[in-house]
Amino acid sequence: MQGALVSLGRLLHNPLPTGMTVAVIAIALAFPAGLYLLTRNLNALSRSWDQTAAISLFLKLGTSIPQAQTLAEKLARSPELARVTLITPEQALKELGSQGGFGEAIAQLRENPLPVVLALQPAVQISAPQELERLARRLEALPGADFARLDTQWIRRFQAIVNLAQSGILLLGGTLALAVVLVVGNTIRLEVQNRRNEIEIMELVGATPAFIRRPFLYTGCWYGLLGGAGACLLTALAVLLAQGPVSRLADLYHTQFPLFGLGLIGSAAMLGGSLCLGLIGSWVSVGHHLGAMEPR
Amino acid sequence: MIRFVHVTKRYPQSGDALRDLSFRVETGDMVFLTGHSGAGKSTLLRLICLMERPTRGQVMVKGRNLGSLPRRKIPRHRREIGMIFQDHRLLTDRTVFDNVALPLIVSGLGHKEAGRRVRAALDQVGLLRKERSFPVTLSGGEQQRVGIARAIVGRPTLVLADEPTGNLDPELSREIMGLFERLHQVGVTLLIASHDLALIAGMPYRTLTLSDGALAGDTGTW
Repeated sequence: MQGALVSLGRLLHNPLPTGMTVAVIAIALAFPAGLYLLTRNLNALSRSWDQTAAISLFLKLGTSIPQAQTLAEKLARSPELARVTLITPEQALKELGSQGGFGEAIAQLRENPLPVVLALQPAVQISAPQELERLARRLEALPGADFARLDTQWIRRFQAIVNLAQSGILLLGGTLALAVVLVVGNTIRLEVQNRRNEIEIMELVGATPAFIRRPFLYTGCWYGLLGGAGACLLTALAVLLAQGPVSRLADLYHTQFPLFGLGLIGSAAMLGGSLCLGLIGSWVSVGHHLGAMEPR
Repeated sequence: MIRFVHVTKRYPQSGDALRDLSFRVETGDMVFLTGHSGAGKSTLLRLICLMERPTRGQVMVKGRNLGSLPRRKIPRHRREIGMIFQDHRLLTDRTVFDNVALPLIVSGLGHKEAGRRVRAALDQVGLLRKERSFPVTLSGGEQQRVGIARAIVGRPTLVLADEPTGNLDPELSREIMGLFERLHQVGVTLLIASHDLALIAGMPYRTLTLSDGALAGDTGTW
């Protein structure tokens, strides 16, 4: 354990070169981590959209409210629908008005052009696109119904894109992890070369390879750990900076959206992972470059 | 303790450093090794502490054939030998204490016990008050003595010395020789390579003379 602290001290003794290597590692790890958090937040966002009405059934213009209510009650009893909400033209107009930008246009209108809308949420078991399509067509066939619009299709597409992006980010993360291993490996290689004298003397005095290797492995672990901590800080900073604009955007939509950060588990995973990467990088490098000093 | 059997060491660039060398050193002997520069004295010592392996022949130390010693056993072999180098080979960024303590730390000795032995060794070479100094602040002779202290701190049974009195004035040289003789008296085997013929001449110990890699003289054991 004391050896670990000595290695750390050695690193901190040269803050500038150490800092540069740590910064490279931190950036290399923060980049995929940040993108991953982005996808997680987008997923959470699309899930919240799922909560809203999936099918909007527009009734024929001229349908009276009582007629619409009868239809709504009938549909509410259907096992295929989980929730039925009636939206009167007045309500719809008011909602449009409060969403900013429509205020002037609405003031110009002499009469309400909007139809009655039934916001329908399908039952949980009906989630496949084809099933939703069929349900929508059947609803359109009902007397009094004009047309039905599936709201969720674009949400599904959005989720599919996000999932695809996640796979890409995983690949990116893997590549950058390899980069971190190489960076640490190279830095350790330089250190081994710089301390060649010391290593030779230790070998002459009868130190085992494990004994000589140890301080370099500690150094690699410290690089990984410090780099991981830097990455956690960078992602936390990014989330902090993004929260402001995101909150303002959410306000415009009358919702709130607290962003996902790495959290305790995510940070622990990042630190553990970066530590391992540092260890692997230094292990491979030390093993390779120490072996080059054996009796001929 | 040491046995060379028809040992040849050839370097690809410079040719034969040692040619068909055979001799024995018994346990507890004190033997001097002389010869002109490049005669092979350093190479001989390097073969004993397994910094190199012979091209031909066998090097036996404590009954072990070094040619067939597996790599993982080399550290242990070196820990049993105290090496004094011509260029002292000290760690410049560590104190004198840390330098002398190195063999003990490598062997895993505890801090307190190591401290006692380091101070004892430094006392024997007369450098006790320089414990906290850095090698760069010491004279050539003092650095040499630190190297000697490091070699003996682990109480090895075999001590190899490559020009141990090279940087020392005559008085210090005699003191160091006295130290070697004291070690000899407690049973340590010593093999000392030295240019200082005057010093050796005054001492009644066996002398091996090398010339161009071959044994040119052996005053025999007493």
